[in-house]
Amino acid sequence: MQHPLRRAGEPPARTLRRCAAWLAGAVLVLGLSACGAKSQSWQLDDVEGHLPDLSFSLMADNGQPLRAADLKGKIAIVYFGYTHCPDICPETMAKLSQALSKDAAGAADMRILFISVDPARDTPASMHAYVDAFDSKHAIGLTGSPSDIEAIAKRYRVAYQADKPEGAGSYEVAHSSGIYIFDRDGKARLLANGNNTVDQLAHDLQQLAQQG
Amino acid sequence: MTSLSRLLASLLLATTGTLAMAQSATLSTSGGWVRWLPAQLPAAGYLTVTNNGDKPVDLIGITSPDYGMAMLHQTTTEGSTSKMSMVGKLTVPAHGKVLFSPGNYHVMLEQPKHAIVPGDSIQLQLKFSNGETVVAPMPVKPAGTTQ
Repeated sequence: MQHPLRRAGEPPARTLRRCAAWLAGAVLVLGLSACGAKSQSWQLDDVEGHLPDLSFSLMADNGQPLRAADLKGKIAIVYFGYTHCPDICPETMAKLSQALSKDAAGAADMRILFISVDPARDTPASMHAYVDAFDSKHAIGLTGSPSDIEAIAKRYRVAYQADKPEGAGSYEVAHSSGIYIFDRDGKARLLANGNNTVDQLAHDLQQLAQQG
Repeated sequence: MTSLSRLLASLLLATTGTLAMAQSATLSTSGGWVRWLPAQLPAAGYLTVTNNGDKPVDLIGITSPDYGMAMLHQTTTEGSTSKMSMVGKLTVPAHGKVLFSPGNYHVMLEQPKHAIVPGDSIQLQLKFSNGETVVAPMPVKPAGTTQ
């Protein structure tokens, strides 16, 4: 049988080069499969390097301004929604608070940021009552001027669109269901959505927390 | 007949009567609950509607003695964007059921008529196209409850 790396009559030097190329290829394949194995251990979508770092300047539900830099050292879980959303927003907030409650010690370094896509109705006070109903320790409601909200929504390509108000002045806001998870340095790491389970969220949050 | 056996007989009759009444209705509900939200925000109610009849039946209206407004809504998700919209009628298939659950069908409840807190129970009245009205008890659960 012919040697796979040496053609008949080929000088040894060329064989050596071919060998080196083959080895380099093998190393590359091994390296890639190692990376693949690493990303497979995340149960949510690994978005490391694909989304911009956390950056915002908004009004927190305690009435004080809050910037991304104020959260350095904390894992930030960002979800866009609005308080007049009775179905998917509270279900997602409930899942996030349950995921954090599975590891009380780890949760101390995590914050759920509920960013309003309905700043016209969502005041800091109404956001405060809303986030406290889910997790008064770890959830922060954020609202701001329409342009401040637009800035962070654009940064993460979050689409939102308010309906025309109905007779009683009520309206719905269509919005992205993405959950963006940032590490302690504000780097975007994972992307989840309302279909992920509490266990999947808890698993990846704990894993991310253990990375230091 | 002893007084004991008379009592047993009347109990049996009463039980049979109750069963017959429950069976005469084609539609029933189960597993109802409302997710409490603060500050009189719109809340969502979830339940399962079962049709034991041979024909499909439409749910044509929902009212509640506890809220000024109850509406059938559905959340739909296209790509990564979710939105809520009103649903005019919902067909419950013959010998089938329709599940209301987060991210799908829900009863949107607005304008509470009195203070409602977790632990309370509210009522829904579901009207169907076959003329039946079903009263569904809906326990109110904390905001952080998941289905």
